[in-house]
Amino acid sequence: MTTGTVTPNLQANVEAARRRRARMAEEQRLNKMVRVLVTPEGAELHLKLATAAERAGAFAIDVAIQWAIVIASLFGLQAIAGPFGLGAGTNIAFAFWLVFFFFVRNFYYIFFELGRKAATPGKRALGLRVISRDGGRLTANAVLARNFTREIEIGLPVQFLLMGGDQLGAWIALFGLLWSGIFLFFPVFNKDKMRVGDLIAGTWVIRAPKAQLLTDISQVVIKAPRTSLFNFSTEQADAYGIHELHVLEDVLRQSTPEIKAQVAARIRTKIGWVMVPGETDIAFLEAYYATLRRRLEQRMLMGDRKTDKYDVRK
Amino acid sequence: MSDMLKSYRFREEREADWRKLDLILTRAENSGVKRMSDEDMTALPHLYRQAVSSLSVARSISLDQNVITYLEGLCTRAYFFVYGARTTMGERMAQFLRADWPEAVRGAVFSTILAALFLFGGAALAFFLCLQDMDWYWTINGHSFFETRTPDASYETLRATIYTEPGDVGQDQLSAFSSYLFNNNAQIALFAFALGFAFGIPTAWLLVWNGVILGSMYAVFWDKGLGYEFTGWLLIHGVTELFAIVLAGAGGFVIGGAVAFPGRRSRLASARDAGRKAATIAMGCVLMLIIAALLEGFGRQLINSDTVRYSIAATTLVIWMGYFYLPRRRTSA
Repeated sequence: MTTGTVTPNLQANVEAARRRRARMAEEQRLNKMVRVLVTPEGAELHLKLATAAERAGAFAIDVAIQWAIVIASLFGLQAIAGPFGLGAGTNIAFAFWLVFFFFVRNFYYIFFELGRKAATPGKRALGLRVISRDGGRLTANAVLARNFTREIEIGLPVQFLLMGGDQLGAWIALFGLLWSGIFLFFPVFNKDKMRVGDLIAGTWVIRAPKAQLLTDISQVVIKAPRTSLFNFSTEQADAYGIHELHVLEDVLRQSTPEIKAQVAARIRTKIGWVMVPGETDIAFLEAYYATLRRRLEQRMLMGDRKTDKYDVRK
Repeated sequence: MSDMLKSYRFREEREADWRKLDLILTRAENSGVKRMSDEDMTALPHLYRQAVSSLSVARSISLDQNVITYLEGLCTRAYFFVYGARTTMGERMAQFLRADWPEAVRGAVFSTILAALFLFGGAALAFFLCLQDMDWYWTINGHSFFETRTPDASYETLRATIYTEPGDVGQDQLSAFSSYLFNNNAQIALFAFALGFAFGIPTAWLLVWNGVILGSMYAVFWDKGLGYEFTGWLLIHGVTELFAIVLAGAGGFVIGGAVAFPGRRSRLASARDAGRKAATIAMGCVLMLIIAALLEGFGRQLINSDTVRYSIAATTLVIWMGYFYLPRRRTSA
């Protein structure tokens, strides 16, 4: 990345180097969230831990659902017991509702996490699931352990927050809040994003969203008859690396025609491509994608991963 | 473009199998293992192994991000399905009642004794303090307008709270009250378990505090010469309830001990094993408290004879002791 000439180019290079460093730092940060699980077949699965923010989001959804259940059941009870007035039935119904409330409060998570998807509705909505840290099966004991501690992680700080009263009480509440805050913010402060419950149950929460298998972009090129239009030289195919290939894949899969046109223009300048008659941006990008991927995959087979365009080892 | 990309050919050859595995998994996740066809069941292990090996190969030859992300997700789902628990809820419950629960309780004898000492030590302390000077009762419980069972109450008032006269108080109100108590007790039990994580210190405090309240109440009745009657009233469900609270505290101490003194193992591994055992105990406590609430809500109000109350209390004690501590043959499961 050294440049000899002091031109406006230099500034652009400095900017590019800064961006590259930022990108690599981000990659490293994401890699820290990956845990490798070796299956009995000897294959590696890369599991991505859920972030604290995702966990909090899932929890918020679950709490909303719990409240909805509790309130709906209370109204339902009132509707049934209402016509009979404050008679004998009301108290018994209320007694059952109290027990029901206890079970919704404490067993909502357990019920869903023992299920096939090992996730509550909130976790499912965000594509999360609970797994055992050692990769073995998630036992009922573990699910119980991780959920019985919820009371001190969430309930305790809330209780201290609502406490108060005289000066002494306020001091106790403040101290209690700080103390119980340790439990509440536990997931933020450890690298595995574990709650206290996860810690004592030997579990953690991973992101396992369902991905769709899309069509291979190079397929279009292979099947199209016009591919002979594009004959890129080896130098042109060596202009970019794996990072740019992946960015190009994203651009082709999900960006607007304007962005595609801009990207095509930049690549043409970079590799010094002269437009041939009848060439469209998309056809050019797809053809270049296929060429670049072929070149990079060939090099990868020889044990040579060209990470990005700055990687100029021969 | 004379020849196809290697990675493209690789994908083309295996794609149909990946999609088949995806379909089987989706079906199984949505409608359950039991409804899977035999054909799917036999195809699954083969398809799973193929997908896993595809993933390894794809990582080394393909630069198609989408393929790798897809395979990663597919293999993860398949792995947890193939190696996950296939037991139903009913089987899990049976296993819990038959083996896991009593085993976990038996394994925590020392913690159980410790928890019992804290609870009953607190009770004894408050009991003797209150007998010496009834002002202690007010220090401990504070002044509550609703509480009728105080040192100021007369013998008759106190006696009336122990026995239900026919047509005296509505049965339904009492059962509502007992379900309220169940809520409270069960929440305390879970708290005692969870607080064990802080080295068991809050658990000990919680046990002592509950003991102190019990002891001060006991002193009020004892002072008025109602000790025998109160014991019967208390123990008909109290054997089960107090046992449950002691066990919940024991669960807390199991975790606290494992976190504070992990021994040769790592703190994390030690906490994990203890946590799972203690959670089993805590789950059992909730069940015991449900039974206690039933005994309290119905048994106590319907049975007004001291002898019957005592014999029920003794029976429950024998049953729980036998269930937890009698040696039994190990089941292979």
